[in-house]
Formats: sequence, structure tokens, C-alpha cells
Amino acid sequence: MNYTLNFAPVWQNLDHLLAGLALGLQLALVGIAIGCLIGLATAFALLSPVRALRWLAAGYVTLVRNTPILVLILLLYFALPSIGIRLDKLSSFLITLALYAGAYLAEVFRGGLMAIPKGQREAGLAIGLREWQIKAYVIIPVMLRNVLPSLSNSFISLFKDTSLAAAIAVPELTYQARKINLESYRVIETWLVTSALYILTCYVIALLLRQLERRLSLTR
Amino acid sequence: MTDSNVPLLSIDDLHKSFGTVEVLKGIDLSLDRGDVVTLIGSSGSGKTTLLRCVNLLEDFQGGSIRLAGEAIGYREEGGRRQRLPEREIARQRSLTGMAFQQFNLFPHLTALENVTLGLRKVKKMGKDEAVAIGEQWLRRVGLIERRDYHPGQLSGGQQQRVAIARAIAMNPSLMLFDEPTSALDPELVGEVLAVIKDLAQDGMTMLLVTHEMRFAYEVSDRIVFMSQGRIEEQGPPRELFERPRSTRLAEFLGRTSF
Amino acid sequence: MYEAPSWFLELWNARQTLAAGFATTLACSVLAVLGGTLLGTLGGLALTYGRWPLRLPFRVYSDLIRGTPVFVLVLACYYMAPALGLRPTPFQAGTAALLLFCGSHVAEIVRGALQAIPRGQHEAAKAIGLTFAQSLKEVLLPQALRQILPTWVNASTEIVKASTLLSVIGVAELLLSSQQVIARTFMTLQFYLFAGLLFFLINFAIERLGRYLEKRVTLP
Repeated sequence: MNYTLNFAPVWQNLDHLLAGLALGLQLALVGIAIGCLIGLATAFALLSPVRALRWLAAGYVTLVRNTPILVLILLLYFALPSIGIRLDKLSSFLITLALYAGAYLAEVFRGGLMAIPKGQREAGLAIGLREWQIKAYVIIPVMLRNVLPSLSNSFISLFKDTSLAAAIAVPELTYQARKINLESYRVIETWLVTSALYILTCYVIALLLRQLERRLSLTR
Repeated sequence: MTDSNVPLLSIDDLHKSFGTVEVLKGIDLSLDRGDVVTLIGSSGSGKTTLLRCVNLLEDFQGGSIRLAGEAIGYREEGGRRQRLPEREIARQRSLTGMAFQQFNLFPHLTALENVTLGLRKVKKMGKDEAVAIGEQWLRRVGLIERRDYHPGQLSGGQQQRVAIARAIAMNPSLMLFDEPTSALDPELVGEVLAVIKDLAQDGMTMLLVTHEMRFAYEVSDRIVFMSQGRIEEQGPPRELFERPRSTRLAEFLGRTSF
Repeated sequence: MYEAPSWFLELWNARQTLAAGFATTLACSVLAVLGGTLLGTLGGLALTYGRWPLRLPFRVYSDLIRGTPVFVLVLACYYMAPALGLRPTPFQAGTAALLLFCGSHVAEIVRGALQAIPRGQHEAAKAIGLTFAQSLKEVLLPQALRQILPTWVNASTEIVKASTLLSVIGVAELLLSSQQVIARTFMTLQFYLFAGLLFFLINFAIERLGRYLEKRVTLP
């Protein structure tokens, strides 16, 4: 093996890598935030007494969960223009990520909602709260606290999925890494550092979320 | 404007079914202001279902329930019976208060927050006013020092007392108690019964379902014995317990410890 | 839409390309899952029962791989291989990446399932004189299987979905084959949808198979 390690080109371009990482985090945050809203609505739809809603929601979840995310990304970015919807790379990826997240989070939220004793809703009804108020002030806050561990896992997973934005040339971390790799031929160094960045970030996110879990835990 | 001659709660020929099974077969019951009425009977008699119809946690198919003259849950319109819109029903529910067997306190809120939630979101009170009332009622049930505790940090008896405070703080005309002590360890039952007795003596109108026969005897103005979806017998506690007229009641009392 | 008949014509024309792509997808998925399961089972056993010199490398392997996006893994294997003295085809590099990815997840799954078995089971097996290998085979693994199966099916569908990433390094699996057809026919929406549908069907079938297996493995 005639390969001498030379990390210099990687360190010189560290700012690009970090910018890519920052972009990836931003995409993850916004994508998951929107995904949470979609997922919450879908979870309620999955539990709705209206059959059409249940079917629609179940269809959405099954479709998205069984389709490779890369296909979804390409579909939204390349195929939508043929029916008149033209989006820029960033928006397209963001929407794809949100829809993808929504389908996975819907299952998480649905489990969380089903675990809430129905007495909670009845207690809310008994003091005269409206249905939407009960959802807003009781059901959703309790449910979110209960599903926080699963939510954390989903967040980390979705952050890693932002690496796929590179497939449509969104300049996040993986894209930057590939660029450096192709330009400098420092193959081992580039990918080692990139992996390390991802692993470190995931670790920090996990740590922060565990702190959050502890602070919000209902079993104090 | 409430006419003081109109009963506070008036149930007329109430019918309720779960699917094809009829569980309430024509209930007639009325309560005047300040009455404390306890429903007793074996499980399946319909007593809990009846209680839950009063605040429309269960719907009913026939008859009517009136609270201070106002029809609960449904209205007659052009000869057809229609369920009231959700907003109306929510308002009607806030006229009654309910204490549940499982307490059902909101786990993510402190005791005080549990009590003030309804005040702020239903009665639209400002924070200071709500807190003042909330603290007053927590003090009344003896739990003011636990105002900032979460339900998970409270014993069963404490939770139930907070739950009662939560219901009473809404200033209901009628309090409903659904087996308030059945889920409690025996040592904790007394503190909850003491609170209920206290409220009764202050003139709160109450409809209770309980298995605590001695308590029912002590606190009630009237006992109503239900069996298989009907009211078999009702009357003052002394009369019912010592001179039961129906055989079913006699059997029931013979089986339960008193 | 009037294009529909011509789409069927193009689909027929493209049948060999797409069939070959489909076969490639299956090939790399099956290889990755089989190899990964083997590796992961060994890893899971090592993590549960091994002494720390055995546990450590598997722990490091599992944590590092799981913290890295699978896309980065694929790119890394592809680009780094020549520098390490290897000359794999893109297919080999990509499949190797998927295999490593699968292995890390299976190791975690197996570890979790084995650790969930009550201690009494080990002791009872020892008490009737079974060797470690025998108790694994007759007592422990069958019980662990119940917990492993659904998650393993999940992981397998993830591998099938991840196989689409190999398109980026030039492996002519189903997605890339579809893209080749699109480049020729300009029927972007139709063929992306078709590819999505095929992937959906594959994963749906795997899910169903998984549920069937689950039923056969569950205690009555």
C-alpha cells in the first residue's frame, strides 16, 4: 500500500466541511420541525374515527416508509417539474425530508397517543375544556414527554439522512467531503474526518437530547 | 335566572344503550340544591353509567337530563332530537365537576397548575386570579404545601384531593364522584372521605357512586339503589339500610360489609 | 394522459435494462443482508458474552458504523479502497459498505435481544448440563429470535432502500437503470414513479414475509 497520510488538504478545507455540517444541521432541524407537525397530524388521522382519514394517513405512511429516500428526493426534485412544480434544491430536499420524517414520526406519535389513558381526556372534558384544548394542553405535552427517547433516535437518524442532500448537489457535509476527495485525492483522510464529524455530532446531539429528557421527565 | 323551585338536577326517563344492550332502562331522578345523593348497587347496575351521562361523558338515547332547568347535551328541534354543538356541551360540562376513580390528574402539571388549568382556559381568568382561587382550594383540601409538586410525587390520597380541588375550583353547581376511593390504599381512604364530607356539610350538591357503605350512610341525604338499569328503591339512608323494601336491596346489603 | 400508451411501449423497450437493475438490487441486498447478519450475529454474541478484548473491537465497529450515514459509508468504501491496495468493482465496494452497515445494526439487535433474556434461562440450561454452544442453540437463541425477527426485517428493508445509494457510485442497480431509461426517453416522472413502486413492492413483500415468520416463531 503506497499511501502516505497527509491531512493538510483536509485541514485547509475544514471551514468548508464545517459549513456543510452546519447546513446539514439546519436542514435537519427545519425538516424535523415540519416533519413533527406532519407526523402529529398524521398520528391523529391514524387514530381518527373517520375511516377515510385513517386510510389516507396509513397510505401515506406505508408509501413513504417503504420507498428509498433517494428515490423520494429525486422524484421531488427531477420529476415534479414535469407537472409544473419547480423547486430549488434546498426547498425540494427540505420538503422531501419533512415528508419522510413525518411518516416515521407518525408511528412514534401514534404509539405515544395510544399509551395515554383515556381518563386524561375525560378529566379534561369534565372541567369543560374543548377537544382542541385538551389536545393542546394535556394530550400532546404528555405524549411528547413520553416519546422523547424515540424522538431523539429519530432526530439523529434524520440528521444522518441529510447526507443524501449531496445527491442533488446541496452543499452539506457529504457533498463538501466528496468535493475535497475528488480535488485532493486524499481519500482516506477526507472520509475519516468526515465520518468523525458525523459521529461526533450524533454523539453531542444524543447527549443534549438526553439532558432534555431528564429535565422534562415525568418521573422526577 | 334560576327558579329556586326548579330542581338542580332533573333526570327524566333516561334510556341508554351500549350498542344493542340497554343499560339504563328509564331512570327518573331529581336533586335539589344542597342534596347529597349516593348511588349504590352491584357492578352492572348502571350507576356509574348514569353518573357519566350527567356530564355527558356518555351519551344517551332517550329521556332528558336538566341542570338548573337547562337541557343537557341534546335539544328538540322540529320534533327531532339533536346533539348540541361541542362548544355548548363543553360549557355545560363546566357547570358540573367530576372526581374520577383513577384521579386522572395531568401528570405534566403541578398540583396548582392542575387546579388552575380550567380556570385559565375555560373561565378565561387571568393568571393571578386563577392562582389565588387555586391556592384557596388547595388549602381547603389540605395540600397547599404541595402546590408545586407533580402528581408523580404525591400519594394516591393526595392526588385525589388535588383532583377534587381541581373540580371544585371551577365552582360547579353539582359535584359528581365516581368511586373516588376505590383505587386507594385503605389508609388513604379516610383523608379523601373527610374532604368530601366537609364539602357536603358546606352545602355542595353532590351525586356520588361509592362502595363505602358506612360513608354513604353518614354523608347522604338520600341513597338510591340501582339494579339492572333501574332504580329499585330510594330514600333516606336510615330507612334504606335498616328497612329495605326490595329483596334485591336486602340481598345487596347482606352481601356488602357495613 | 395521452402519453400513457407510449409509456407502456417504453417500459417494454426498457424491460431488460430494468430487469437487470432489479436483479442487481436484489443481489447486493441479499449479499449484504446475509453477510451482515452473519457478522452481526457474531458481533452480538461477542458483545453479550465476550470478555472485553473481544467486546471492544465489536463495540468500536458498531458505534462508529452506526454513527456514520450509510451514504458516507458507501462513498468511503468506494473511494478509499484503491488507497488500501484493493481494487473492488463499484458493486463490490458498495455491497461491502452495506454489509458492514447491516452487520453493525444486527450486532446491536442481537445484543439487545440476548440481554433481554432472563438470567434464569442461562442458569437452567447450565443446570441440566448443556454446554454453552448447546444452550445457545437450544434455549437462548430461539427465545432471542422472537425479539430479533421484527427488527431484523426492518433492518433488511433498510438495506434494500440503501442499495439505491450504489447508483451514485455507478452500480447499475434499479435506480440507476431507471435513470438511464429516463435519460433516453425523458419520461422522468413515470419511470421514477415506477422505480418507487417496485421498491415499495419489494419492501412491502419483505414486511409481509417478516410478519408471517413472526407468527411462526411466536409461542402459542
